[in-house]
Amino acid sequence: MLRRATTLLTRSTIPLRARPFSTDVAETAPADSTFSDAWKKVVPHIDPPRTPLTFMKPRPVTPSSIPTKLTVNFVLPYASELSAKEVDMVIIPASTGHMGVLPGHVATIAELKPGVMSVHEGADVTKYFVSSGFAFIHANSIADIIAVEAVPLDRVDASLVQKGLAEFTQKLNSASTDLEKAEAQIGVDVHSALNSALTG
Amino acid sequence: MAMVALRREGRRFAPLISPHPMAAVRSSIIPAEEQVPLGVRSISTQIVRNRMKSVKNIQKITKAMKMVAASKLRAIQVKAENSRGLWQPFTALLGDTPSVSVKKDVIVTISSDKGLCGGINSTSVKISKALHKLNAGPEKETKYVILGEKAKAQLIRDSKKDIELCITELQKNPLNYTQVSVIADDILKNVEFDAFRIVFNKFQSVVSFLPTVSTVLSPEIVERESEAGGKLGDLDSYEIEGGETKSEILQNLAEFQFSCVMFNAVLENACSEQGARMSAMDSSSRNAGEMLDRLTLTYNRTRQASITTELIEIISGASALEG
Repeated sequence: MLRRATTLLTRSTIPLRARPFSTDVAETAPADSTFSDAWKKVVPHIDPPRTPLTFMKPRPVTPSSIPTKLTVNFVLPYASELSAKEVDMVIIPASTGHMGVLPGHVATIAELKPGVMSVHEGADVTKYFVSSGFAFIHANSIADIIAVEAVPLDRVDASLVQKGLAEFTQKLNSASTDLEKAEAQIGVDVHSALNSALTG
Repeated sequence: MAMVALRREGRRFAPLISPHPMAAVRSSIIPAEEQVPLGVRSISTQIVRNRMKSVKNIQKITKAMKMVAASKLRAIQVKAENSRGLWQPFTALLGDTPSVSVKKDVIVTISSDKGLCGGINSTSVKISKALHKLNAGPEKETKYVILGEKAKAQLIRDSKKDIELCITELQKNPLNYTQVSVIADDILKNVEFDAFRIVFNKFQSVVSFLPTVSTVLSPEIVERESEAGGKLGDLDSYEIEGGETKSEILQNLAEFQFSCVMFNAVLENACSEQGARMSAMDSSSRNAGEMLDRLTLTYNRTRQASITTELIEIISGASALEG
């Protein structure tokens, strides 16, 4: 029983220890060496702290031909909704309007406004209502979408949306300070976007 | 009459015999002022017994604290692992530039409010102080923003004038993104910065916590670095979708990045705190167990010595009567 316990322990610790020794460290060593060298000169007796690059998988380089699929990473603060999912197209609600992203899209940084984001994979379309956030589209056909809140459209309650819209419109009309006006305006924007998402 | 003589003899013997077992006991644990009062016949095991009771209570408390920390760790570990995807897009876009040299550095040290969690808070403070030293130079200033009581207590001693903001009682309510974004907003409003360096302990496993520093640059520095080339060089190749100007978008981006990185950092540090507390309490209960074993041996020896003393008294008393 003790022998099996030790093998169980080693089996559980080896994959954990293997993560920092993945190929990331070798690839990003030249990038971080300036920091660790400067560190060692000033504070030789303490190990330099890690930096986020060592905990990330390196991104693939831009291929010469346009790939067939778009890789989407859709992250929220409390979950990674989609991570490295290969899709055909994504429509994101940028602040300038809905924009469709296909593989080979030019590199873009887009700020999102509250609206519907749809992910098209073959014949399936998944729609989410995102509150706001950012979208980065890289040249290697990887799209990173970071939103603060996102819900699938079928979980939204229409009556509550109407109530919220009425409430915030009324607050906007009765707002006195700039701060109150801005907050009420945000509420109106989000609820009207929700409304149009549910109806349209 | 014989009993009275025996008792008188016993009393004369007791102070002669007692010092030896007393010396053995005294040398192990009991401090000098707790001597057995003279005139008492048997050696008191009361002191050792009191000690054993308190050590046993401590063991129970530390075991309970370990269980509590384990259950809290389980709850928060899920949240921390889910939030790990949040900072990766920013690092993929803007790269990681810990060696950037700026005029106004702000070091955000994340620590716990409660103690008894091993060495993680001291590690964070050590790294923060080292970063301060690393970034010291002419025309450069480095300030601290402290989250958590423990780092505040350590840093206030020698860097009091460098501390800009102190935020405590983060974990009164369960950690969530809204709370952290309010804190990030507070910091962004009140602190002038060129670069934020967020120091925290990243949770790798229950026994391993890696001190990590994440760098968030202000929009002006991002522009400067992208013009200079290097890692941020191809930032210009990105089209900016948005009605506002590029600098406004970059400003929003920097603020959003700060709140996302802070959220992940706070969660990871909370996980590390619970994990460190688990291992600290575990080793503490193990130590208490060992101490209890040693005390039990001493107790038994004391008890047997007192019995032997009584027997010797009786037997020598009896043999004195006979012969």
